[in-house]
Amino acid sequence: MIRFMLAIIRRDLLLVTRQPAEMINPLVFFLLVIAMFPLGISPEASLLSQTAAGVIWVAAMLATLLSLELLFKLDHDDGSLEQLLLAPYPSWSLVIAKVFVHWLVSGLPLILISPLIATMLFLPSEAVPTLMLSLLLGTPTLSLLGAIGAALVTGVRGGGMLLTLLILPLYVPVIIFGASSVAAAAQGMPVDGYMALLAAMFVFALMITPWAAGSALKL
Amino acid sequence: MSFIPSAMSELMCTSDLACERDLRVLYSGLSLSVKAGELWHVKGCNGAGKTTLLRQLAGLHPVDIGKVLYPQTSIKIIYIGHKLGLKEQLTADENLSWLVGLDGSSTQLQRYAALERAGLKGYEENTVAQLSAGQKRRVALARLHLCKADIWLLDEPFTSLDHQGIEDEQDWLNQHTLAGGAVLMTSHQEVSLPQVNILDLSQYAGLSSSSPSSGGGSST
Repeated sequence: MIRFMLAIIRRDLLLVTRQPAEMINPLVFFLLVIAMFPLGISPEASLLSQTAAGVIWVAAMLATLLSLELLFKLDHDDGSLEQLLLAPYPSWSLVIAKVFVHWLVSGLPLILISPLIATMLFLPSEAVPTLMLSLLLGTPTLSLLGAIGAALVTGVRGGGMLLTLLILPLYVPVIIFGASSVAAAAQGMPVDGYMALLAAMFVFALMITPWAAGSALKL
Repeated sequence: MSFIPSAMSELMCTSDLACERDLRVLYSGLSLSVKAGELWHVKGCNGAGKTTLLRQLAGLHPVDIGKVLYPQTSIKIIYIGHKLGLKEQLTADENLSWLVGLDGSSTQLQRYAALERAGLKGYEENTVAQLSAGQKRRVALARLHLCKADIWLLDEPFTSLDHQGIEDEQDWLNQHTLAGGAVLMTSHQEVSLPQVNILDLSQYAGLSSSSPSSGGGSST
């Protein structure tokens, strides 16, 4: 089964190298959305540093959503999803492999670039490690939860909007704890509790969602 | 149906299989027994449920009424449908490597040999996007040489192949059945092999059926 998952991961990464836009687009989207906020609200440092945590988290969530629709759709359209489901391995293993690549391509770059964004939005520098850690725990959860929606709308024409409506409510707890952990760190308060909750949500999502998304794919 | 029970092992059977789509019964009361060495040509008009039947047998379409049984354990199936499962951005060799790698392994030498048998010598490192429709199908079919499967479920395998391609493929079907494998395929073209069995889905059509076993929505 490990070999099966590695085969999927290797192929999906190969596809990304053939089409680097897939990796760059969410990142550019993330940057652009964040660049809009100072323009729309106010470029004042004091205001931005207060809103920075929420802005970064909401932008990360939108960037994840943007790329989620294609998680299974391309494989469904060209028939490779059928071949994946026919392989004698449980369908959750294919979900984990696909979500892992999705996170690697859309989540990890956001984390790596987040210190730069934090500076852009005048987030206090002592909150940056918390921001990165919270994104590290939170973005895989976003990808995992999104996989359920992506699996459900696979094969539905124009499922992108439906996916957003299905998944956004599930993102609420992640956003709340992710953004408040960064806000707390900016004020110099302890963040252990937030991190523990984010980690718990990740583990919970890792247990439940591959199974749920795998079952949805078989429909 | 004509089978010789002796020494021929049953690879797959269905009992009273039915399929309903959008309140329309496509076929019902379908009992089929596929033995080693048999080649089944599934016939029927457009919309008769040929593709759905193959998908049900492969386990890709839910079976609500009736049963699909695989009497022996560890029966390996290859299903090649209308959608070939190829990635346009990858080369023929990479696609093949991935498809085979889902449940086994292959060396580059083996894959090149399989592509050569499929008539694609010299196209191994071309991306699939650059290939014609017939060549794409040949890439997908080359997999048949690499995976050791017992049952081949082929949905319209002759589509977009040229004359030579169809002849070659019938040759492979022949070899596979002679080696003890089984084939179920749909096609609107005739299969000119002596061992072919015909399964005409119109005999099992749900609504216009006159056979007593299929009364619309027969329950089990």
